[in-house]
Amino acid sequence: MAAVTTKIPVAIQDGFHVNSNAPSDEYLIPLKVTWTSLGALEGGQVSYPKAEKITVGEQSLSVFTGKFDLTVDFKVSAKAPAGPGVASGKLGYQACNDKMCFPPKSIEINVPYQVQ
Amino acid sequence: MSFLRVSGAIATSLLLGCFLEGCSNGSLLDFAGAGPSTVKAASVKDGKDRHTAPDFTLKDADGKTVHLSDYKGKVVLLDFWATWCGPCRIEIPWFTDMENKRKDKGFEVLGVSMDDNGWEDVKPFLAEMKVNYRVVIGDDPTTQAYGGVDSLPTTFLIDKQGKIAAIHIGLANRKEFEDGVDALLQESGNSPVNAGGNPPADVVAAKQH
Repeated sequence: MAAVTTKIPVAIQDGFHVNSNAPSDEYLIPLKVTWTSLGALEGGQVSYPKAEKITVGEQSLSVFTGKFDLTVDFKVSAKAPAGPGVASGKLGYQACNDKMCFPPKSIEINVPYQVQ
Repeated sequence: MSFLRVSGAIATSLLLGCFLEGCSNGSLLDFAGAGPSTVKAASVKDGKDRHTAPDFTLKDADGKTVHLSDYKGKVVLLDFWATWCGPCRIEIPWFTDMENKRKDKGFEVLGVSMDDNGWEDVKPFLAEMKVNYRVVIGDDPTTQAYGGVDSLPTTFLIDKQGKIAAIHIGLANRKEFEDGVDALLQESGNSPVNAGGNPPADVVAAKQH
């Protein structure tokens, strides 16, 4: 079984934050990768960076801001067919600034790969 | 043995934030059928500048049908919110207190939750926050009727005639809400008046003739 680690860069506009993958409250919507198709790959476990702590009102929040990478671990078996492919998924998030919040959204993620 | 290579240009640089679809910059709320209507947070509009708040039919926590028109004759604070909205959670205790102190004066708060999971998330949240006012679950036609509620909280102050007197987009100041509500409570419920309590100039001119 071969293994590879890849990074997905994420950039959040200045003045905004998204909840981390482990928000401080059960009602908050986490940053989360969901894979819809791995193709010939297996795994796809995501490691998230260390979150920041901010306070809005009296509530302490676990968030991400600015630029950061999500690290993804894939594996491929020896029997995987050679050739190109794409691992597809979605990154779900919910963004706020210090005054307002925006509805939960998701962005498509596509990770092209080549099995040789 | 297979060798796995992931292409050098990894995936997509994901840029998140307000410029994506559905985000509001919080500056203007174009209100369908009423023109630009965002007011400076500290004021309520003159009566002649107020437009009718769109009626809606939504369900409350007991499954009862709620129409905004049921509230005519009362001052209403209509609050679009969600359980995942931190600034909303700051305002909700204010609204609970305002409901408590002004309900017998003809004021009511009506919360419109925009939680996709509906009552499953909202009911325990309301219990935890000890919310004492009516809450309904919102829908897209209602938010569209109100100009497209792209950010939360978005709060409307509605006068006794069912007209929108003020709009607050984002976390506002508690005193601004209270001052706005108190100003509307002082208004007559019969005819539109400006914030100073005087009839609009066109009404005065008409009476003089």
